[in-house]
Amino acid sequence: MTVHPGVEPGSTFRLSDIWTNERSRSLVIQIAALVVLLATLGWIINNTVQNLENLGVETGYGFLGHPASYDINQRLIDYTSRSTHARAALVGFLNTVLVAVTGIIFATLLGFMVGILRLSNNWLVSRLMTAYIEFTRNVPVLLHILLWYGIVVHVLPHPRQAIEPVSGLFLSNRGFYLPRPIFEDFAWVIPASLIVTLVGLFLFARHARRVQERTGRIYPVLSISLAAIVAAPVIAYFASGSPVSLDWPALKGFNYQGGIALKPEFFALWFALSIYTAAFIAEIVRSGIVAVSHGQTEAAFSLGIKPGWTMRLVIIPQALRVIVPPLISQYLNLTKNSSLAIAVGYMDLTATIGRISLNQTGRALECMSILLTIYLLISLTISAFMNWYNRRIRLVER
Amino acid sequence: MRKLILLIAAGALAAVTSVAGAATLDDVRAKGHVQCGINTGLPGFAFKDEAGDWQGFDVDYCKALAAAVFGDAGAVKYTNLTGATRFEALKAGEIDVLSRNTTWTYSRDNDLKLTFVGVNYYDGQGFIVNKALGVESAHDLEGASVCIQTGTTTELNLADFFRANGMSYEPVPIENNEEARQNYLAGRCDVYTTDRSGLAATRAALDNPDDHVVLPEIISKEPLGPLVRHGDDEWGDIARWTLNALILAEEYGIDSGNVNDLAQGTNNPEINRMLGTEGEFGAMLRLDQDWVVNVINAVGNYAEIFDRNIGPDTPIGLSRGVNASYLDGGILYAPPFR
Repeated sequence: MTVHPGVEPGSTFRLSDIWTNERSRSLVIQIAALVVLLATLGWIINNTVQNLENLGVETGYGFLGHPASYDINQRLIDYTSRSTHARAALVGFLNTVLVAVTGIIFATLLGFMVGILRLSNNWLVSRLMTAYIEFTRNVPVLLHILLWYGIVVHVLPHPRQAIEPVSGLFLSNRGFYLPRPIFEDFAWVIPASLIVTLVGLFLFARHARRVQERTGRIYPVLSISLAAIVAAPVIAYFASGSPVSLDWPALKGFNYQGGIALKPEFFALWFALSIYTAAFIAEIVRSGIVAVSHGQTEAAFSLGIKPGWTMRLVIIPQALRVIVPPLISQYLNLTKNSSLAIAVGYMDLTATIGRISLNQTGRALECMSILLTIYLLISLTISAFMNWYNRRIRLVER
Repeated sequence: MRKLILLIAAGALAAVTSVAGAATLDDVRAKGHVQCGINTGLPGFAFKDEAGDWQGFDVDYCKALAAAVFGDAGAVKYTNLTGATRFEALKAGEIDVLSRNTTWTYSRDNDLKLTFVGVNYYDGQGFIVNKALGVESAHDLEGASVCIQTGTTTELNLADFFRANGMSYEPVPIENNEEARQNYLAGRCDVYTTDRSGLAATRAALDNPDDHVVLPEIISKEPLGPLVRHGDDEWGDIARWTLNALILAEEYGIDSGNVNDLAQGTNNPEINRMLGTEGEFGAMLRLDQDWVVNVINAVGNYAEIFDRNIGPDTPIGLSRGVNASYLDGGILYAPPFR
């Protein structure tokens, strides 16, 4: 048992000891803080219940099963105005996931490229990247979204005068239209061949690593993998008798019909979020690379390791340890910023359940609680995945 | 646990907005002005004049209410609300009355717990298109892109109309009338749909109004009117009878020009009751005896408000149509002041 400083063993307890004793004082402060916190929460809850009762507002989630009665223009699953509010929320959720995932992928690629290029010895390239980063990250993301929406809607022509830069691709202020692949019988052969190839390449890479560890012989794993990934689907495509045809977009009446439509709302949101987040990622990447001591490079060179390999095998793995934790925050930011979709009318989770459903049913607290829960789940999922990745790439000490 | 989270979220909402208690009239008197929810901008109905003051058909109702309560049409402050924010603002007590071309429907009345105090404009939903498209009927709109304000009844009518007629369309959701105008002019949508009064107002504000045409179809009933929260009948009655007084004044030929003369006393008992020279009608609503005189002095009667803001001689150019007094063949009709 330890003796508390300030309390002499055997001495009688005095009331003032509660304050003069460091340990009991901190305990008292913590209890007081907890009581204040709980009292505030209790007051808020009580106030809400009281107010809701006074207003006679009915609460409950039953409205989720009622027809939503409104239409949604961009959707990944079937939806009509007779579908339920729950389904409208699902459509919105998938749209949020779509823009978050594609945004994260593009922002990461662009961010890594810009971050590395900013360290380039080429004066023009590094200054251009600096200008891009400083301009992009110092303008609020909402302005980026509105800017790109404005550019698409006001600069591009009406569908009837759509620009066709390459055959089958149409650019207009109602969106970008691409041919859509239609998969016929035997089309499953193509993805199947790709999966088989990937499994094969995984086994080959493991074998190559073992050979290298045992004998020092190095197989060109990367180039073989790339060639196989490209070749396998192409061979499968022709071997199975070209089972994929294209649905070409065509102007019918007011709009293009058929094909894949990339709406201006989606494009503006996706592009703006990506380039905005990419600027932050670029800085994170740069800081990660700079954080690796130059001695590491010199050591690798003195061992005769080629510059490209030095980057891939020595610098990047160490830089990643610095890069990944702040990268998680950026991914979460991008996902949460996607709720700005409302500004340009992209029908994400916030716009469907958090806006139209809320407004048409008046179930504000219920809709907000659903919104809160789902965004929390999305963010926690991203966070959990990235934390797993972070643990994987941690410096392994031998 | 989920209930707890819900309650906490609710608390955050409720804690910041003190919900007005039962006696809205006392609260309004205590703060010295009526807080009136209006549109973010719709020519003729709620717009800023050159001096930067809010004017319009819906705004005049706010002024009339302020005149009824305070005898001063200036004792009003405005909160600009979108279609999506208006009901929450009213329910949370941020505003005392909502006068924002809002359609009276069953579920808004009974599910959202709001009280519509009457109809000040009988409207219907229509479509506006560019003449160059050569569209003559809403039934020609198969596959069109349609700009639509979210959170409105028009959004639901639109879905119903296209579904009932077996046509497809692309909804382009937008937030307010100004955004709709921009998207429509930029060609993001072929058609803009809202209440026909709003279409007339929007069309009037375009550079070349004659290039655009409002299609003949009226696809819904949109009775527009002011509304208050459930739970305070006295305040609801004040709001209701302010509107009725405007309509009755037109029926009895009381206008801003003659109201002060008529308030000296006439041989028509109904006019005398309204203008406070007979009976104790003001006290029944805890208002001044001459509250109707104040209202008419401030904004005029219904016809004056209509003609000044949206009538045939304004750029909006709406005719009275069904919104004429029942005496002139319309359906505008107020209960007797007795």
